[in-house]
Amino acid sequence: MNAGGLHPMERHSARGVAAGRAQSPHTSMFVRMLVRAAVLRRGRAVSALFAMVVAAAVATAMLNLYIDVQAKLRREFRNYGANIILAGRDGASLPADALSHVESVVAGRGLVAPFGLLVARTSDGQPIVVAGTDFERVRQIDRWWSVSQWPSAPQQALVGVRAVSVVSPRNQPFDLSFQGHTIHLTSAGTVQTGAAEDSRVYLSLPDFVLWTGVQPSTIEVAATGSPEEIAAIMHQLQEAIPVAEVRPVRQIMEGEARVLGKTRATLLAAAALIILTAALCVLSTLMGWVFDRRRDFAIMKALGASDRLLNSFFAAEAAALGATGAVIGFVLGIGIAAWIGRVNFHAPVVPRFGVLPLVLAGSILVTLLSAILPISLLRRVQPAVILRGE
Amino acid sequence: MFARLVYESFRRQKRRKLLAGAAITLGVTVATAMIAVATDIGDKINRELRTIGANILVTPQEDTLDVEIGGVNLKPPSDGAFLNEADLPKIKGTFWHNNITGFAPMLPVTVTLQRDGKSENLTLLGTYFAKSVSFGKEEFKTGVRITHPWWKVSGSWPDDGSRDVLLGERLAAKLSAKPGDEVALSGRTLRVSGILSTGSVEDDQVVAPIALAQEILGKPGAVRRVYVSALTKPEDALARRDPKSMSGPIYDRWYCSPYPQSIAFQLQEAIPHSHAEQIRQVAQNEGAVLTRIEGLIFLVTLAALFASALAVSAAMATAIFERRAEVGLMKALGAGRFAVASIFFAEAMLLALVGGFVGFAAGGLLARQIGRSIFNSEIAISPVLFPVILAIAVIVTFAGSAAAIRNAVRLDPVFALRGEL
Repeated sequence: MNAGGLHPMERHSARGVAAGRAQSPHTSMFVRMLVRAAVLRRGRAVSALFAMVVAAAVATAMLNLYIDVQAKLRREFRNYGANIILAGRDGASLPADALSHVESVVAGRGLVAPFGLLVARTSDGQPIVVAGTDFERVRQIDRWWSVSQWPSAPQQALVGVRAVSVVSPRNQPFDLSFQGHTIHLTSAGTVQTGAAEDSRVYLSLPDFVLWTGVQPSTIEVAATGSPEEIAAIMHQLQEAIPVAEVRPVRQIMEGEARVLGKTRATLLAAAALIILTAALCVLSTLMGWVFDRRRDFAIMKALGASDRLLNSFFAAEAAALGATGAVIGFVLGIGIAAWIGRVNFHAPVVPRFGVLPLVLAGSILVTLLSAILPISLLRRVQPAVILRGE
Repeated sequence: MFARLVYESFRRQKRRKLLAGAAITLGVTVATAMIAVATDIGDKINRELRTIGANILVTPQEDTLDVEIGGVNLKPPSDGAFLNEADLPKIKGTFWHNNITGFAPMLPVTVTLQRDGKSENLTLLGTYFAKSVSFGKEEFKTGVRITHPWWKVSGSWPDDGSRDVLLGERLAAKLSAKPGDEVALSGRTLRVSGILSTGSVEDDQVVAPIALAQEILGKPGAVRRVYVSALTKPEDALARRDPKSMSGPIYDRWYCSPYPQSIAFQLQEAIPHSHAEQIRQVAQNEGAVLTRIEGLIFLVTLAALFASALAVSAAMATAIFERRAEVGLMKALGAGRFAVASIFFAEAMLLALVGGFVGFAAGGLLARQIGRSIFNSEIAISPVLFPVILAIAVIVTFAGSAAAIRNAVRLDPVFALRGEL
């Protein structure tokens, strides 16, 4: 970063401060002093700017992460599967058009999978729970299912690992019967979940309905969004299908809320600490720089500059530095946040431009503070004393 | 002479030394607190994730198939095998017993409810609520209040030794029962101590102390399944391997890592005739969530370390830059570059040690405060980190001062004394 790059920004900001003194012949002198100050003492100006850029970048990255972590973690939590369950009252079937209604309500805000459950008998008369579902949807919503091979053709079944020995111990085709109707199935693969699914046989929904004439009784919904958005979806679902009972999966919702809350709180504490440290870094660098230029200050004062002019000169300089640092730091910070998102969440963190005014205001505030503090100290000192180097 | 120079420099420039020392202290405080949080966050989030429920299920080895829809068991209740309740405390005798936060045995039985002259079949679920169990000298409380924290009761939880029951909220609404009422189940009159809401199948059931369910079934000590809640490590390639195919040292490493698989394996060893398996919905996903959060906090900690290193460097650079005139004087009096540099480095070292010490203490307090206010539990900083933190403080302070010291010793004394750059 050289002083040439600062040029337009400084001039722009200086104009802003000097606006009240528009048309005044002092304007060009004011701008020239600002620019020359940065050019002549390039080393220290660059190190002050560097501190500012780093602080703004870190602040931007932390704020971006803080805002985005919720969305990122919610996505992780959707891998826990459904957070809303629609079921027919007392185990009754849902209307045939229920699934399409649910789809239109959810519409891109989550995943949906229908399930029909009943007890059938194997050829030797053993009872077994048979479920009809849409395998494509289940693959999306219940990602933890460990499946050896998903069924791909009609009359293929997915057999739970514990049910294998009952229905098809040698992987042979098998028959299941329900109220006098029999279906002939082949086993495509096994499913293991460690829960109730292990003792069931899963069929595709068309096979299930054709065989039993029973419509699905449960629809699982994995809705994305904040608790309020999910409550709204539940409300809309209840209105769309009044005969169904809509209930949240509380263990998932509560666990998610807790973990999200704690993670955000930790991140906020970390962000506060980091931003505080970065701000102090800027403060000490900048105060040193301004203190270092007490000779310039003394000469200006000796030549008759008013206190107001001196204040506005140093304030303009600080504001220009703060604004430049904030903008460069913002771009850098967005990059850092995106990188962290890619490395950790395998999805970039979306840039939040709403953070920019915050970072800009914070940066200018810190730079103004670090300019005003030494100036107010120096103002009390006679220029002659400073110039003599005491 | 050297010692006196350093001593006088501290005595006469208290304000400047205080400023530089404060910057170092703050930097070390932030670094220490963040390192403490980062090392402990996995454990803390793991405990929070336990609110999603048990991650390991223990069932009898030669169990028949579950024929259960919506919590209603459709096979004869005495059918199938059972675990023995007396074996359960052995769960706390396994290698990873400290990682097991709780367990809850379950025994569903079918009961008949007499109402308006009709009889109706219901499921009564026997379990532990918050039962005191002892293993060896160790005494601990376990039950659904620990493993199923989303179960909410209006009224009061029954005592594990009592014959009080909880009614599921839908069942209670159907019977219009309130806490304190009595229900007649299978010829027994039982007091309802509270109404249970779980958002799941238990809302239609009766939940009772396990001894009551065993009495109704006529099988003392019988347990159908046990839900175990354990703190686990995210699964990796080693975790997924079959323990039977492992060689000695790899097997030991697998056995001594808290993977869901290895804890399940040990539970199976501890409880006779049992089969333990991870509940994949819970176990698989918590690994993913945990990895993400740990990764995030790790990267943020790096950022914090970077920011505090920068703050320390900036403060040191400023402090040295302000003392150019002094350097000029020393050099004019004949001090060599080495002598000047060593004075500055000695001062930096002293500042770093003091700042590091105070910062470490303050950082430990800060981490504790963060742990208390966010997680309601302590985040302790291990004393092993103390020398590491101190070394980092010294290195960062040196690195931050190095450029400024080099510039200072290179200065021509004439210019320095005249105050020109």
